[in-house]
Amino acid sequence: MLQEILAFEFMRNALLAAILSSVACGIIGTYVVVKKIGFISGGIAHTAFGGIGLGYYLGINPLLGVIPFSLFAAVAIGLLSKKAKVAEDSAIGAFWAVGMAIGVICIGLKPGYAPDLFSYLFGNILTVPTVDLWMILSLDLFIIGVVWLLNKEFLAISFDEEYATVSGLKTTALYLLMLCLIALTVVIMMRVVGIVMVIALLTIPAAIARMFSRSLPGMMVLAVVLSSLFSLCGLWFSYQLDIASGATIIIFAGLAFVLAHAWRMVNASLTAQ
Amino acid sequence: MKKEPIIECDRLSLSLGGVKVLDSLTLSVYDGDFLAIIGPNGGGKTTLLRVILGLEKCSTGSVRVFGGAPGGFPGRVGYVPQRLFFDRDFPISIRELVLMGRLSNKKLFQHYNKRDRQIADEAICTAGLEKLSERRIGDLSGGELQRALIARALAGDPELLLLDEPTASIDPQMKTTIYDLMEHLKEKLTIVLVTHDTGTISRYVTRIAFLNVTLELYESGVSPKSESLSSLYHYPVNPVVHHSPVSRTIDHP
Repeated sequence: MLQEILAFEFMRNALLAAILSSVACGIIGTYVVVKKIGFISGGIAHTAFGGIGLGYYLGINPLLGVIPFSLFAAVAIGLLSKKAKVAEDSAIGAFWAVGMAIGVICIGLKPGYAPDLFSYLFGNILTVPTVDLWMILSLDLFIIGVVWLLNKEFLAISFDEEYATVSGLKTTALYLLMLCLIALTVVIMMRVVGIVMVIALLTIPAAIARMFSRSLPGMMVLAVVLSSLFSLCGLWFSYQLDIASGATIIIFAGLAFVLAHAWRMVNASLTAQ
Repeated sequence: MKKEPIIECDRLSLSLGGVKVLDSLTLSVYDGDFLAIIGPNGGGKTTLLRVILGLEKCSTGSVRVFGGAPGGFPGRVGYVPQRLFFDRDFPISIRELVLMGRLSNKKLFQHYNKRDRQIADEAICTAGLEKLSERRIGDLSGGELQRALIARALAGDPELLLLDEPTASIDPQMKTTIYDLMEHLKEKLTIVLVTHDTGTISRYVTRIAFLNVTLELYESGVSPKSESLSSLYHYPVNPVVHHSPVSRTIDHP
């Protein structure tokens, strides 16, 4: 059965995409969860749609449009909320909608039907071409490298930004760098679950992992494992039932989230007795 | 020979959102001082610490810390913030938390090494937490967490220790152990402490300053109220002349 599935190149690519994207997702998702910047991540993801539209319009690989666009969104949202004294949720909301608007206009300007537009919005792991796998792999390596180099700084700004400042860290620059890593993760995840649902896979595995972890590295490893598990389960079911893969992955993640919390509540009430 | 002060505030004023939080403050802290700053809520105590740390810029006047701009010597200043401002659910053990105190001694990209871990472990011992060092911070009591934060500040090997309400919302017994810890630390460190705890601190500190929103803070006993305050507390007092009604803290110590 498994061999039969693996005979298809698209299936092999899908499996690789699920695992490779989970690496970035678990590592960066951990920061998103402990620093409570899920909404910012959602904002970056949706703004990135502008980049897809731009890519279409210019006739290049949309992923090439998305990377600079989402990096720009990350820096702009970060700077607006840190420096310009704009309320963070207003800054995010504005970018969220304007980014999507730019995407819609660009796609409208390009004559003809945009065939795989849906796959960017809602993900389609079954159509990941090999070239995108290489891109995902190199982004993974980049993210791992930066996090490895800056793990003590990222821990400090996640835990207590004020203390990090007092310790002499350039917290704003580090924060912007962290948002940029989130933007790159969004680009990776786009192929798997799509822009609209990125936020779920970025937060759910890490949020579950936090319940069972005593350190950030431990939480990252567990989040990577969980994210891979959800992606592979979702992929399997969507293949068997012939339903949308991205959505199935998210349903799996959401179910696990609810179950983990229910388990904790039951556990807590049992120990309380 | 006159010693150089570690902290020197000269007619320091600060407005936040159009409201004057600190007004014309003059204060010097010298090597070996254990200064307690007391005063009502909103009296600017925490803001003063933030200015000394370089987190807040003063509007007029000047502040010098170790002879330079505030925030210029992170390795020489240890800071114990109010513990309310971070997430108790954060997955981090006491040991990792205390290790964070080594940040100010490390360069960007540099990982913590064996020596850093050793210094952090020593700080954990000083704070009396060696049995709890692998515990997650969420599993600690308020007093244990407070001591962990002190250990973090000590791990940076500072010369000046700034504490923001270290005994707020801690039960009385725990308060005593924290003050005993500071009693031990003042041998080696200069300490500035912000607190509500007018009763307990009197036994420990060498100087006290009263701080209320608009005030003048006198360095030495030049204020007319100095004598009466000194007789109230049995140690040297830095009195404050209030433009507004006199603080309750002074009326009912």
